[in-house]
Parts: sequence; structure tokens; C-alpha cells
Amino acid sequence: MSVAGIETGTAPHAGGAPAVRAAAVGAAVRSAGRRSYRWVSPVAVVLVWQAASGSGLLPARLLAAPSQIAATALDLVRSGTLPTAIAVSLERVLLGFAAGAAAGIVLALVAGLSRAGENAVDPIMQMLRALPFFGLIPLFILWFGIGETPKVLLVALAVSFPLYLNTFSGIRGVDAKLAELARTLRLGRAALVRHIVLPGALPQTLVGLRQSLGVAWLALIVAEQINADAGLGYMINDAREFLRTDVIVVGLLVYSALGLLTDALVRLLERRALGWRREFLSR
Amino acid sequence: MAARVPVPLSDAAPAGGAGRPGEAPAASVRRLTRRFGDRPVLDGLDLTIAPGEFVALLGRSGSGKSTLLRALAGLDDEVEGDIEVDGSVAVAFQEPRLVPWKRVRDNLTLGLDAPGPAARADAALAEVGLTERAGAWPLTLSGGEAQRASLARALVREPRLLLLDEPFSALDALTRITVHRLVLDLWAAHGPAVLLVTHDVDEALALADRVLVLDGGRVAHSWTVTAPRPRHRDHHDLLALRTALLAALGVPPEGTE
Repeated sequence: MSVAGIETGTAPHAGGAPAVRAAAVGAAVRSAGRRSYRWVSPVAVVLVWQAASGSGLLPARLLAAPSQIAATALDLVRSGTLPTAIAVSLERVLLGFAAGAAAGIVLALVAGLSRAGENAVDPIMQMLRALPFFGLIPLFILWFGIGETPKVLLVALAVSFPLYLNTFSGIRGVDAKLAELARTLRLGRAALVRHIVLPGALPQTLVGLRQSLGVAWLALIVAEQINADAGLGYMINDAREFLRTDVIVVGLLVYSALGLLTDALVRLLERRALGWRREFLSR
Repeated sequence: MAARVPVPLSDAAPAGGAGRPGEAPAASVRRLTRRFGDRPVLDGLDLTIAPGEFVALLGRSGSGKSTLLRALAGLDDEVEGDIEVDGSVAVAFQEPRLVPWKRVRDNLTLGLDAPGPAARADAALAEVGLTERAGAWPLTLSGGEAQRASLARALVREPRLLLLDEPFSALDALTRITVHRLVLDLWAAHGPAVLLVTHDVDEALALADRVLVLDGGRVAHSWTVTAPRPRHRDHHDLLALRTALLAALGVPPEGTE
């Protein structure tokens, strides 16, 4: 083995390699350091908040102390109030999401897969999209009363548009060259839709899914302000009557935790469904 | 224009004994015309491809090479004239056009209407040397691997006519040489008629039984290449043909300007 030859061959770079390695190690240390420092400022804010509450600078009727909020959260969980409220709100959002997602995707398929379907569906969807849907609440109350229906429908309406728009543009954005390939492979229309069009539209549909889940929680929060007698929104409104800012903050934290959770679920789904793309990107 | 045809079309018997007398041609095109707006790109083109014949189609850009190939592939609904293709046609495109969300093996079996598609796909992948990539995602393949997978996908259909639309033009020079050899091996093993659209004169001379030059919307020139394969670039027949071909394509011989 010409070890000497190899050494001579790499001599010009010999000084460079350790330096590169050192730089990489340095970057790793720095990024680890950056990660640990990122906790400092939020913790500081909580500490200042706690101190302000303790010293009376921040009265509890404006904002409860973090320690009070934590204690209240524990109480609400123990008494079963919070789990019940979450269950009610979750059911509204799931029902609304299921109905809205089904409607959005079915309409996108109708509009995306044929010119006639597009002419029938797309103008209406584009017109409805321009409506501020929270402005529909008065009409929804007149039409559906103040029970569960208007709340679920508001979530469904909010969910359907991002899924419709993204799925529709995903279908239309499928590479025409792949459609041509399908023709040379003698794929029928059903096989073309199944093997080329739908999988091709999937990445964009998943973008729509994430958007629609975000807007679903938003719509739920708004909908639950309408005469709710159960759920997170009711819990928050009820707390307002009694100036319980601790309960309000607990409710808000639960909303955001649920939002983050559903977002994580979609990301998990993306990783599984778009594996063909991930391996390419991580190369 | 006066077509200079050193070898008449009727004499263009393919090498390798593939053109069996009395057998229907693999493809027969009569008076094919395709207009884009008012401009005819193909203008009454006639072409016959014998069974098992390897035809290379050259022409300046815009001469209608790809238009003719797309017409034969059944991808053009606006051509006028008669196209008769005897049996199945398969296409390998310039970009491999692998379906990115299907693993390599599933790309081969897509639309494959034959018993035991998975086993056929694996056999075809073995032929092009991609056995170990059968389960890979297409986006992780190199350019050469992707093009070989594309060839395997075309051949697994056992076509009577294989259409190759500049499939080697995006490959680097070394990969191209190995894929050329692979194509000749596959052609010898499966015996489809081949129509290769290319802009590479040397590629055409290395591979084809017959080299056509498209000009004015028709087959303006046709040469039969009889040199035995594997062909050496410097074979004296090929050198002469090369000069003639370049002249037909509007490139004068070196040192004559």
C-alpha cells in the first residue's frame, strides 16, 4: 500500500481537513448553545410576570400570576371541568373539520378533474371565498339557532376553503408530462386519476390541510363565543363574568396546545405520505 | 427540394435479418401532415419501419423529429394522414419521466397488463442492471440510472415499436456510451423496431440500421448503415457517411469554408 503516496497526494489539503472538522464541531457547539439559550428569555418573562403579580404591580383581575394559573389548571383538570370542556370543543372541531374537509376535497375533485366541473363549481367557490365567514354568524344564528349546528357549520365552512383551493390547484398543477406518459402507458382515466393526478396533488392538499386545521381552531374559538353552554369557549366566557383571568389563560393555553398538536399530526402524515420527496430533499 | 437519397428507401433492408419478407411493417406512415398554425412542420411525410429495424431520425431543430415521434406515440390528436402501427408501442422520453411517488419497480408495472407484472419488472430491471434499485424512489436515482429505468419500463411492455426521444442527450459522455451499449443489447435480445430521435450524428451512426434526415417536413435523406456492430467511430464507411450526414444537416465539411 502506498500510504506515503496517499499522504503526498492529500498533502495540499492536509491542513484544510482538520480545520473544516474543527469548524463543524464549533458550529455544533454553537448551535447546541443557541438551543439552550433560547429558553432563557421566555423563562425570564415568566419570572418577571410572577414578580409583578407578587408585588401587586399586576393585579389578578387583569392577569393572574403564572403560579395561580398553574394551580387553577390543576384544579380544573381534577374537577373534570377542563377535560369535559376539551371533549366538547374537540367534538365540534372534529365534526366541523370532517364535514368541511369532505366538502372541500370533493368539490376540488369535481372542479379539478373536468372543465365542466370547474365551470360549475369554481366561480361559486371563488365568490364564497370572498365573504368574510365570521360575518355570516348572524345569518347562521337566524338559520340554525344557537345550538351545536352553527358552531360546527362555521368550522366546516372555514375548513373547506383552504382544502378546496389547495387541492384544486394541486390537481391542475400535476405535471403534464406525467399525464402524457400515462397516455403512452395506456392508463385509463380512472388509473390516471388514481396513480398520477391524486398522488401528484397530495403535497398541495397537505398544505391545505395544515392551513385548514389552523383556521378550524380559529373558527371554533369564534363560534364558541355564540351562546355556548359547554366547551372551552363557554369556560372562558364564564370566567370573564367572574374576572377569573387565570381560567381564561388556561383556556387559551389549551387552545394553542391543541393547535400545535394537530399541526404535529399533519407533519407526521406529511412525512409518511411524502416519503418519496423527503429522501430526495435529505440527500 | 430535390431529395438526395443515395440508398432508395425500398432497398433499405434492415441488418440482422430482422426484415422478414411478407411480414407487416412495424410502423407505416403515409402522407403525414401536422400544422402549427399555418406552418406545416410535417408535410406529407412517408415512412416505413420494418420489423426489428433500428432507425435513427436526425434533423435540425424545428424539423419535426419530435412531432413525428409524438404522432407515432399517439400523443398528437391533430395530425393528418395515416399511421399504422403493428402491435404495441412504448416510449422512452428525453427526461426519464419516472413517476416520482412510485418506487422504481412500481414505475415499471404501472399500466402493465400482463401476468406476473412484478416478476416481469424485476427481470427487466435485472437486464438494465438496476436490481438493487427496484425499491428506490426515482428522485434518488442518478441520471443514468433513471434513464435505464425508463428504458426498462418501455421494454417490459415487449413493444413491437420502441420510440426513443433523445433519451441520451442529458447524460454525460461516459454514461452515454454505456447506455448505448445497453440499448443495442436490449434491442438484440427483444427485437423491437426502434425509432431513435437524436441530434447526435455519431450516436445515430453507432446504433442505427438506417439513418434518416428530416427536412422540409419530409424524409429528405436516407442512408443504410451496413457496418457490423459494435461499430468503431473511425470505420471508413462511417467516416464517409458522417460527412454526408453533416452536409445534409447543413454543416459543411471541415476545411472547406
